[in-house]
Amino acid sequence: MAINFEVPDNVQQQMAMVQMVAEHVMRPISRDIDENEHARPWPFIEQMWPFMRDMQKRNLEKLLSNGDSTPKREGPGVTNLRLMMMVEMLSWGDAGIYLCLPGGQLGGAAIEAVGTPEQKSRFLNRFAEGDKPSWGAMAMTEPGAGSDTSAIQATAVRDEATGEWILNGEKIFCTNGKLALDESDGLVVVWASIDKGAGRAGMRPFIVEAGTPGVKVTKVEIKHGIRASDTAAIVFDNARIPADNILGSPEVEQRNGGSSKGFKGAMATFDATRPLVAASALGIGRASLEFLKDKLAENGVEIPYGRSYHKLTAIQRDVIDMEMNLRAAYLLTLRAISMLDHKEQNSLEASMAKAKAGKVVTQIGQRTVELLGPAGYSREHLAEKWMRDSKINDIYEGTGQINTLIVARRILGYSSSELR
Amino acid sequence: MISFTPTEEQQQLIDTIRRFAANDVQPIAHEADENQRVPANIITTGWEIGLVPTAIPEELGGLGELSAVTGVLAAEELAYGDLSAALQIMAPALFAYPIILFGTAEQRENLLPMFLEERPAHATGALLEPGVFFDPTDLNVTATVEGDRVKLNGTKAYVPLAATADWVLVYTRNAETNKIEAYVIQTDVRGVEIGGREHLMGIRALPTHQVNFNNAEVDLPCRLGGAVGMDFDVILNRSRVALAAMAVGVARASFEYARDYAKGRVQFGVPIAQKQAIAFMLAEMAIEVDAARLMVWEAAWKLDQGEDATKESYLAKEYADKAVMQVTDSGVQTLGGYGFIREYPAERWLRNGRGFTTFDGLAMV
Repeated sequence: MAINFEVPDNVQQQMAMVQMVAEHVMRPISRDIDENEHARPWPFIEQMWPFMRDMQKRNLEKLLSNGDSTPKREGPGVTNLRLMMMVEMLSWGDAGIYLCLPGGQLGGAAIEAVGTPEQKSRFLNRFAEGDKPSWGAMAMTEPGAGSDTSAIQATAVRDEATGEWILNGEKIFCTNGKLALDESDGLVVVWASIDKGAGRAGMRPFIVEAGTPGVKVTKVEIKHGIRASDTAAIVFDNARIPADNILGSPEVEQRNGGSSKGFKGAMATFDATRPLVAASALGIGRASLEFLKDKLAENGVEIPYGRSYHKLTAIQRDVIDMEMNLRAAYLLTLRAISMLDHKEQNSLEASMAKAKAGKVVTQIGQRTVELLGPAGYSREHLAEKWMRDSKINDIYEGTGQINTLIVARRILGYSSSELR
Repeated sequence: MISFTPTEEQQQLIDTIRRFAANDVQPIAHEADENQRVPANIITTGWEIGLVPTAIPEELGGLGELSAVTGVLAAEELAYGDLSAALQIMAPALFAYPIILFGTAEQRENLLPMFLEERPAHATGALLEPGVFFDPTDLNVTATVEGDRVKLNGTKAYVPLAATADWVLVYTRNAETNKIEAYVIQTDVRGVEIGGREHLMGIRALPTHQVNFNNAEVDLPCRLGGAVGMDFDVILNRSRVALAAMAVGVARASFEYARDYAKGRVQFGVPIAQKQAIAFMLAEMAIEVDAARLMVWEAAWKLDQGEDATKESYLAKEYADKAVMQVTDSGVQTLGGYGFIREYPAERWLRNGRGFTTFDGLAMV
């Protein structure tokens, strides 16, 4: 090994194609979809479905053939790198529309991470075949349980007669919940407690398929940004879930000595998804910064890399500050992603990347609007939209504060009870 | 292929310098700062690691390895030990590296063998100038060409080890063309005056001096690179990443100390690290250290590819300059009152950290 920042040629070529989609499919409908919240970006979805389907098919085949054995190929792969680059590029196109990308999304990621081979085959095939797109989603947050997932109230009780799980409770802020449950034959991975006395150790994710009686999308949120993406509230009213739709063991481990493996296992999904949220932030940040630099150049302001700092104008300093912070966030994300491809533990690095990217890109969005003045604030341009879109990246998949807390615990060697 | 893993040889070098920095350098750093002097054995041991000799071309007896990536990995570890010591150990590179990179065959043959000796060569570089503002692309020290002689005029500042130097590589503006050039000059030439030792806020163990040129004359062939000259952007960029790497080293030292201190310092019945106000500050420090390091690595990697790395080097330096201030300030803050006491290292790192925005051309990879 040697330190190397070269993106492989084949990934670069694929990104050229993704860029075409971002530029010619997403950007032209970006404003319109934002203005008409809850309208679906069908041209994008239809364009991307065959591509995503084939990609997910290859991925699934690999997952199922490898099982738990070691990978056949020598050396590290580029699966996560490719995904990061794609998410960045699509979010440069439009972050809200990107979230409508058909596929398993967070729900699929959880099944990939902790599902049995049988579950992977049974649930993930829908994202890898057919003419119609479908979506997966993850439902964790509840009105009373945001960052504090241990406060989850939803319950799953086993019906001893049939072996089914009976699910009750309310989930909110579920990204793509409506696409998954009402608009496709998708699925939602729902977190519920099988033993309230056991705290986190009693939490389990359940796979709930579209069409399950007792499952209802009750609301779709109206939002600040990423308005193309549906954010659903879902109510579970005695919804009966098949016995083998539970991810992880149906038994609750002893609190003392037993690790809450089910919970931790699924939380590990975040190690893979947090860098992707960071990547999405990076794409929005790049869009903002490119637009800002273009507009400044049109007005005679260039960024003179290399010039002494004291000879820069305030605007030049601002742009350089934004640019270097975006690059820093990019490199932190690249490192977290590269570790995934090398199959290294990356919880610390994933949270570092997510915390940094969420913060930096939010600031870039806000400063871009400020620096562009009337043009920045106008809905005639996309800068104000990007500012609104960027903010979510400092909130979902763990707020900036939660990710900072994770970083703090890791660098200090503290457990969640030692550093609350 | 993306990778964040140094080569085995680089890792061995990192481990060697890290041991030296932690076991030998950090323990003497306070005294060195107070006495304004790095102990001779530290400089000797640091020199024996062999960074500069390794960089000398093979045909002259070195190993011909002048990698910016290896250089920044080493620079971070050296500065993690102590910034004054790091700058002093690496000062001969300010003279040697530009000659390796751009020297004429004659300059290389004549001037590089002295860097293969057991003791550090008495050679340094002079870029900075006194005053309020400094811009490396708009120098006040001038070179006036008269026939085959060149007259140097003006004042350089912050020249490391100038009082003991035999050789100086001095950067000048051509009085006629305004182009930036560099000249090799011996300190015993008439018209070269070494000023008294400068008194700075930080890097107090590193002797620096003003050097005044008053119609000091050299032969035209003393110009770095001869008629072709040099690529000044490359020199600046290699200096930027070297200094940025040292900023990362200083920041990391401050972060690690603050982290360990916070875990041991008990207030309100618990280690203060268990309070989010402190824990979050430490988390931010850790993120900034890593972010700055990655910026440095990318710029250095691009330099090694032989591509124009001006943007990356510049942004890495700007980033590291800010990061080291934020981190070393938080380091002092974490220690509270003890942070302000000179017996503790935190305030020294803050003083040293403040210098990086000023330190153009003070280190090189």
